[in-house]
Amino acid sequence: MDITFLLNGETVALKGVSPTTTLLDWLREDRHLTGTKEGCNEGDCGACTVMVTDDSGSRALNGCILFLPQVNGTHVTTVEGLAAPDGKLHPAQQAMIDHHGSQCGFCTPGFVVSMATAHLNGATDHDTQLSGNLCRCTGYAPIIRAAEATASQPVPSHLLHLSSTIPGESPPATGAGPHSPVQPGSADALAAWYAQNPDATLIAGATDVGLWVTKQFRPLGPVAFLNRCADLNGVTVTQDALRIGAMTTLTEVETAIAPYHPSFAAMIRRYGSVQVRNAATIGGNIANGSPIGDSPPALIALNARLHLRHGDSRRSIPLEDFFIAYGKQDRAPGEFVEAITVPRQPDSLRCYKLSKRFDQDISAVCGCISLTREGGSITGARIAFGGMAGTPKRAAAAEAALTGQPFTEDSFRAAMTALQRDFEPLSDMRASAAYRMQSAQNMLLRYFHDLSGTATNVLEVTP
Amino acid sequence: MSIAKPLPHDGATLHVTGAARYTDDIPTPPGTLHIAFGTSPVAAGNITTMNLDAVKNAPGVVHVLTATDLPNDCDVSPSAHDEPLLATGTVHYAGQPLFLVIATSHLAARFAARQARVEIAETSPVLTIEDAFAADARFEDSPRIYQKGDASKGLQSARQTLTGSLFMGGQEHFYLEGQAALALPQEGGDMTVHSSTQHPTEIQHKVAHAIGRPMHAVRVETRRMGGGFGGKESQGNALAVACAVAAQLTGKPCKIRYDRDDDMIITGKRHDFRIDYKVGFEPDGRITALEVTHYTRCGWAQDLSLPVADRAMLHADNAYNLDNIRITSHRLRTNMQSATAFRGFGGPQGMVGIEKIMDHVAQTLKLDPLEVRRRNYYADRMPEDTAPATPEPRPVRNAKGDSASRGAEAARPDQIPTPPEDVQTTPYHQPVTDCIINALTDRLSQMADYAARRAAIAKWNAAQPILKRGIALTPVKFGISFTLTHLNQAGALVHVYQDGSIHLNHGGTEMGQGLFQKVAQVAAARFGVPVEAIKITATDTAKVPNTSATAASSGSDLNGMAVKNACDEIRKRMEELLAEFYQTRDITFADGMVRIGSQEITFAQAATSAYENRVSLSATGFYKTPDIEWDRIAGKGRPFFYFAYGAACTEVVLDTLTGENRILRTDILHDAGTSLNPAIDIGQIEGGFVQGAGWLTTEELVWDDKGVLRTHAPSTYKIPACSDRPDVFNVALWDQPNPAQTIYRSKAVGEPPFMLGISAFSALSDAVAACGPGYGDLQAPATAEAVLAAIGRTRA
Repeated sequence: MDITFLLNGETVALKGVSPTTTLLDWLREDRHLTGTKEGCNEGDCGACTVMVTDDSGSRALNGCILFLPQVNGTHVTTVEGLAAPDGKLHPAQQAMIDHHGSQCGFCTPGFVVSMATAHLNGATDHDTQLSGNLCRCTGYAPIIRAAEATASQPVPSHLLHLSSTIPGESPPATGAGPHSPVQPGSADALAAWYAQNPDATLIAGATDVGLWVTKQFRPLGPVAFLNRCADLNGVTVTQDALRIGAMTTLTEVETAIAPYHPSFAAMIRRYGSVQVRNAATIGGNIANGSPIGDSPPALIALNARLHLRHGDSRRSIPLEDFFIAYGKQDRAPGEFVEAITVPRQPDSLRCYKLSKRFDQDISAVCGCISLTREGGSITGARIAFGGMAGTPKRAAAAEAALTGQPFTEDSFRAAMTALQRDFEPLSDMRASAAYRMQSAQNMLLRYFHDLSGTATNVLEVTP
Repeated sequence: MSIAKPLPHDGATLHVTGAARYTDDIPTPPGTLHIAFGTSPVAAGNITTMNLDAVKNAPGVVHVLTATDLPNDCDVSPSAHDEPLLATGTVHYAGQPLFLVIATSHLAARFAARQARVEIAETSPVLTIEDAFAADARFEDSPRIYQKGDASKGLQSARQTLTGSLFMGGQEHFYLEGQAALALPQEGGDMTVHSSTQHPTEIQHKVAHAIGRPMHAVRVETRRMGGGFGGKESQGNALAVACAVAAQLTGKPCKIRYDRDDDMIITGKRHDFRIDYKVGFEPDGRITALEVTHYTRCGWAQDLSLPVADRAMLHADNAYNLDNIRITSHRLRTNMQSATAFRGFGGPQGMVGIEKIMDHVAQTLKLDPLEVRRRNYYADRMPEDTAPATPEPRPVRNAKGDSASRGAEAARPDQIPTPPEDVQTTPYHQPVTDCIINALTDRLSQMADYAARRAAIAKWNAAQPILKRGIALTPVKFGISFTLTHLNQAGALVHVYQDGSIHLNHGGTEMGQGLFQKVAQVAAARFGVPVEAIKITATDTAKVPNTSATAASSGSDLNGMAVKNACDEIRKRMEELLAEFYQTRDITFADGMVRIGSQEITFAQAATSAYENRVSLSATGFYKTPDIEWDRIAGKGRPFFYFAYGAACTEVVLDTLTGENRILRTDILHDAGTSLNPAIDIGQIEGGFVQGAGWLTTEELVWDDKGVLRTHAPSTYKIPACSDRPDVFNVALWDQPNPAQTIYRSKAVGEPPFMLGISAFSALSDAVAACGPGYGDLQAPATAEAVLAAIGRTRA
């Protein structure tokens, strides 16, 4: 593929790049820009963080699972590009020195790029902004002090107008040969190409596919990069529903869903990290069929419908019907996820994400519960769990146990018993089967206490 | 003066701009080749066939080597010569290197390494502590036993007794920079190696053996590591040896960096332990007798396990005076990664054992755990004479092993001095003459408002049905010195140039702990120049030979003193010249100037003058720690030059429905003596606490029932993230000089703060105790799952 982008203000035009060369490898090995580090090569440590700017703004992304075609037409800023042209350090760099924010220094470039990006975007929720950067030396305290000090400083002028300086993009590559990678410019173009190439791999944010390449060396076959399909991106709110395009990132979903279902948004805040949410898409999170993706249980509890497309034919199904079995979804070859719609409804959704670590961890159990009540009775129940079966799955027996019952602790305790008929979870490195069942049952009880006004969230306790 | 100033890390500007160069960042000559290991998928067995055709035919592959292709066994063990670089027929753990690929790129090497078809006749692996104990699979012939008083008699006559058992998991180092090495062949068969290692001399020694050359033919250089934490004390050997052997074979530079998953699967981690105990105590909580048994899971090779297990025994008392104690230690061999050094080196495990006992006794007696702790503390005591007069230690000789490694066997000294009668002694009979833990605890409990908060928490818990809080204040007393006495030595090389600039080199390595800057501050202080006048240079075996690992918290104690001695030698020569010229002995070096009587010249002028008068401006420095000698077999003597103290008070909250928990507040008071650099020392304390708390909470290593590590990436192994640090985090230094004669009376600070993290575990035990009437018996790590299980036990 041929791509063009700006790197720290300089135009880079590359011809014939392998579509699965990561930005990190290219920076370090071809460009000899070794400030950006490889810490884990799977998007979990943030040592490779770069700032990518396009029409929609500047985002922090993990360079280790970012393929070169994904930066086509953007402006990439690495740690080497943060200081001003006259050499004056970026305020985040200076603050990290002043507050002793680096010890071994290996995570530091990633941290300062995350800090500079948050600073540019005016974000001051530092713990969240830095949740995708691991440090093993400092205990984070001095880094947060540095981030706080940075917040009061102005954005350096050379970073203010990055997006306006993007060069003319190279035309989207449309398959020259049968196996050459493509970058379709619209959903129509994608649909036509994918129908012709049903064995192809679609690459959206690459937060999962990236690991197929960096860790598993899996051959991808023909690939299509979807990041140019602007019409697959965005959230539309109508009187009846929220329609979320498949290419909408989790960052965008978090913002869009917050006014309607704040608990869903709060869970998305713990989905991956800023870098991951900036890349990962809602369509990818559904289409990969993982039993531990966090958005499907919430969307199922909200009675969401999935919109699939093959060529020019479209169909829509309840999301829960998409997940047939572990590794098997109701998706024909050449068919792709176009959007998901969430019906407008009064909010009673609670999302409980249980993981070993609060931030940036994969759920052991993700329980999402939405009940409708009239008077003192439960008139409807939609409960879905991730991590409890081979797919994200509704808890039919627990729902039945609650429906028609009074909103009392006894009703929830009966549903806890019923839940044992819904799931036979597995043991793995994240949790034992018994713990999964016990905590899932207790999430039902938590819902009762939560909606009854009892404190149930350790994240809301202050010292 | 440059001492005690909170100067930034020497690499700070380079770190934040991305210009700091780590091993994998060093520009390599064209034609450099890359290495990857092919590893065993099973934990135990015998290799029947190794079909490497597909590996050899993979794109970019230059050579593929198995054990039989190596020039010799290429042993990479730091101790018992029991780790051939590549498996020699028998497989000992899942992840053991079987062959190595030399290819034209890192990716090509990694890809090719996956293409092997290896058949292994599997045998039944020994995995658990219980299995290893039952099979008598152990290192050393029999358990080590240290004792003082009479524990069994004491237990018989005790007013009350308790028994218990604690399993505590290991810990992955998760240095952000994975292991890496680069070997550059030189003329005449010499080899230059860049290695991310805490122990360049060990790398030099192992590489020299592997390529069949004397140590003088191998030069090892280490500018910095992206974190070490003990994980680069011995675990870098395999990478450096592989590169050197490949470089010798091909005549080309060869480099390797472990992909993160490979790093976690291949290298050793912190030892996990089971600790069983039987404790006798008075109704007021005073412990009268204790029998404690350590079961240490060492993995497949000896590595540094013996001194790790020793140090666990040496910290079974922590800060408590235990008159009747017997400590038994089993060092068990299993088919897993060979557990290795990790910050604290067994000390944390020994300490968690006694802290668990304190909590168990307190909960049984329904006493405030801090009261029970205080009643058992060693008495505060400051030595009248700072340095006990003991004869020069006898020379120590090693008959076997690698004498530069902590895994080496120490010779037994002929006699150990008897401590005076009126001093409390540790279970290994070392007098505790520098104890400050009572006064330090008093001050910290005031700073943290411990008593009022404990009462407030009890009230809060009574009103909360779902969430519970807990609080704990736990002490640390950590012994400072390598327990293999002869390692307590260091060398330095200092040059003053004729323009007054200064080149500094010593045997210590920089892994982020700020050693280079602290030692540079020492050098600047000796010459009375600003620290900018000092050039910090990479650790280099050709400049300072025969160094010890930068480990055991010893870096600034040893190297700081060696550098001081080198600087003082040069300064003495300059003074002699100036005294002769100016006819006065009234000479001071300060503020970049040299004052001679009423005259004043710049330091640079003094240096120029020395040069022109043919005075040598280069010197080596040497230091060895005085007054230490002990018998590790008998468990008697003075292994430690002094103790470092500290305490932490931590408050947590947990959710009784899921066991989810987090730290709300931590207050720390830590003893760094007279700090050489308070900013760097506080950094060690904050970081050590969070790392220690991580070990005991979210960091869980999981092996499956076939012995395959399931948590081999940050996606599954969870070190603390940003939001896991305490919401309120107050750290202060106990700013009193070290009574022992250390460099500017500072104290070692690398490892001791790690054990402040135990306060988080103890606070969780306290919160669990609020959930029901029974004893929760919390196990480590206290994951949400472990906490929920403990809550269940309180209600059983």
